Amino acid sequence: MSTFKMHLLVCGGTGCRASQSAMIVERLREALAASGLSGDAQVVATGCFGFCEQGPIVKVMPDNTFYTNVTPDDAAIIVAEHVLKGRKVERLLYTDPQHKTPASDSKHMGFYRKQIRIALRNCGFIDPENIDEYIARDGYAALGKVLSEYTPQEAIEVVKRSGLRGRGGGGFPTGTKWDIARTRRSDQKYVVCNADEGDPGAFMDRSILEGDPHSILEAMLICGYCIGATKGLVYIRAEYPLAIHRLQVAITQAREYGLLGADIMGAGFDFDIELRYGAGAFVCGEETALIRSMEGRRGEPTVKPPFPAESGYRGRPTNVNNVETLANIPVIFLKGPEWFAGIGSTGSKGTKVFALAGKINNVGLIEVPMGITLREVIFEIGGGIKDGKRFKAVQTGGPSGGCLTEKHLDTPIDFDNLLAAGSMMGSGGMIVMDEDDCMVSIAKFYLEFTVDESCGKCAPCRIGNKRLYELLRKITLGHGEADDMDCLRNLSAVIKDTALCGLGQTSPNPVLSTLDNFRSEYEAHIFDRKCPAGQCKALKHYFILPEKCTGCTACARNCSVNAIVGERRQAHSIIQNKCIRCGACLEKCKFDAIRVG
Amino acid sequence: MNTTDHDEHPTVDGIPERERAELKDCQIQTIKNICHSFRHDEGELINILHKTQESFGYLPPEIQECIARELRIPVAKVYGVVTFYTFFSMQPKGKYPISICLGTACYVRGSEKIVEALKNELGIDIGGITPDGKFSLDCLRCVGACGLAPVMLIGDRVHGRVDPLQIKDILTLYT
Repeated sequence: MSTFKMHLLVCGGTGCRASQSAMIVERLREALAASGLSGDAQVVATGCFGFCEQGPIVKVMPDNTFYTNVTPDDAAIIVAEHVLKGRKVERLLYTDPQHKTPASDSKHMGFYRKQIRIALRNCGFIDPENIDEYIARDGYAALGKVLSEYTPQEAIEVVKRSGLRGRGGGGFPTGTKWDIARTRRSDQKYVVCNADEGDPGAFMDRSILEGDPHSILEAMLICGYCIGATKGLVYIRAEYPLAIHRLQVAITQAREYGLLGADIMGAGFDFDIELRYGAGAFVCGEETALIRSMEGRRGEPTVKPPFPAESGYRGRPTNVNNVETLANIPVIFLKGPEWFAGIGSTGSKGTKVFALAGKINNVGLIEVPMGITLREVIFEIGGGIKDGKRFKAVQTGGPSGGCLTEKHLDTPIDFDNLLAAGSMMGSGGMIVMDEDDCMVSIAKFYLEFTVDESCGKCAPCRIGNKRLYELLRKITLGHGEADDMDCLRNLSAVIKDTALCGLGQTSPNPVLSTLDNFRSEYEAHIFDRKCPAGQCKALKHYFILPEKCTGCTACARNCSVNAIVGERRQAHSIIQNKCIRCGACLEKCKFDAIRVG
Repeated sequence: MNTTDHDEHPTVDGIPERERAELKDCQIQTIKNICHSFRHDEGELINILHKTQESFGYLPPEIQECIARELRIPVAKVYGVVTFYTFFSMQPKGKYPISICLGTACYVRGSEKIVEALKNELGIDIGGITPDGKFSLDCLRCVGACGLAPVMLIGDRVHGRVDPLQIKDILTLYT
């Protein structure tokens, strides 16, 4: 990257590409060529910057200028002003809604200030399709170090000392996992990267694979050396075409450079990596189900033990790690396990990547040190709740996690604290909800997901979750009964105790945590037949304020079931048992006379 | 497989019998080639199904039977895998397949309203296809463009921050 005076980094992640970032790259190149500046500035399509809310993003280096909401038409002005004359385009700079002043560069943005980027270190800095850029940022140096300086056992000790725990949800110590696989004797062992990111609302792994695919390959190589495997497999969702493409490019380049194949770096170590595609089954994120799916079968989990480390893919010892876990590995070797263990909380070391989404101002991908509080994440990095509404809950851990409330805002985030609070770290989805979200509906939403995704092998999950869903549905339709809450709780306990795999064992969590934290909302649905958030359609009750109604008849004319009656220029009223609660009247009323209760 | 008691159009899992066609020789050859490229390895069944669906658009029973013959495995096994994974479809897709994201981020930003609006506009249900074969409607879980929530995909194109009132205008882009 040294021959150019300036670099224009354009986000090429899925989010920004959806808003034409590929076109921006093209237009920038055209504009540079037209001004004869192609030799001075280079346009690079990078991985995700994380600030997806205001995408597409263009970052100008070396001055870190951060342009947001860029359109293809802005390309010419960026070149004419910034590249040619060195003047920042004020209009495109990010303006913090709280301070109202444009941030001159990304270092001055609240979104980035508290972040520490380890797993995402290269996302948004390098061209993911160019191995040289990865190497220029110390890529494959960790592999060189491990192959030349450590025995497998010593290398595993380093991982153990770092305190790294699995980022896929379970939080199992990675070094220990590797050690178990290492001690098994077998003619063949496998390293598997679990890139089957199925949590609705989570896109951490995809962004890492799109933005820094080589870091995953390097970590898999290191793992292979440590456990004595020569084959690596990446199990990736077929729904991630861009990530698949970039992995394929990375694998081809690594083979060309002799970093995959036989006798890597002259150390007598052979290793190669292949891709396996998922086909849209959430349960395949569970490692035993994932292995069955890789073998071309239905992705149904099996009983553990035997653990994959003993008998996994094709019956051989298999080590399965999540994408984000692997992304940390090279850095641990380069900067040392003590450095890594110095970040984070007592039981959880390092950082965690979260996909921040929902009713929050700065939707995006963030990486924060373990032990940071939810308040810092939501209000400082996330910029608070959208449209000035009130914070209600934050959901972590996807369908396996729970909803945390205001009282948890100052809890330091780590594996153990989140479990104690009735949720879990999960893979890193963090969905923020405001006062308009009905928590019974949210629980129902997750259960609907689980029912859909349950593989059906064990009865507690297949039947139990369906019954949970039906109970929740009954409550949201206004047919709840007094003992439904006890019933939900008992059934949840049975499912947790008896389900076969992690999917079923955690699926009642959304129900239990909303019951614990929002009991009054359940009670309002069941006893008062009311949805306090006004979301449950069946419990909505439309009425007209007579003092505001002008009798314009707009509502009555638009009511498809003739449920609104009244004389012209007289206050109208709604016949409740005719009303189908479609809300058409509310939309049509120009006098703010219709209310929902 | 169960046959219902509607005499005129007995169905096999919802697919009218009359639509089941014999495969043409060139189609059988395509399937043979795909199986061959994966060394007829039944461990590669999912990859084979991916490739086959790429070529044919969907995986009707006759194609599944053909794959089973090629790999020398029971049709039930192929059928079991096809129906287990949501990515595989036994129904043809429209010329412009529409998928609405029902991930959590899109859900809390109102994707259900978009589903309703599309159902009304197209007159079809989830999993359905318009009579002219132009649009089909499906849901999926998270495309990872949560910053643009709510999101829907038409073909490969992502439409972000969709408002139910815009549905009509968006659909007119695909004429």
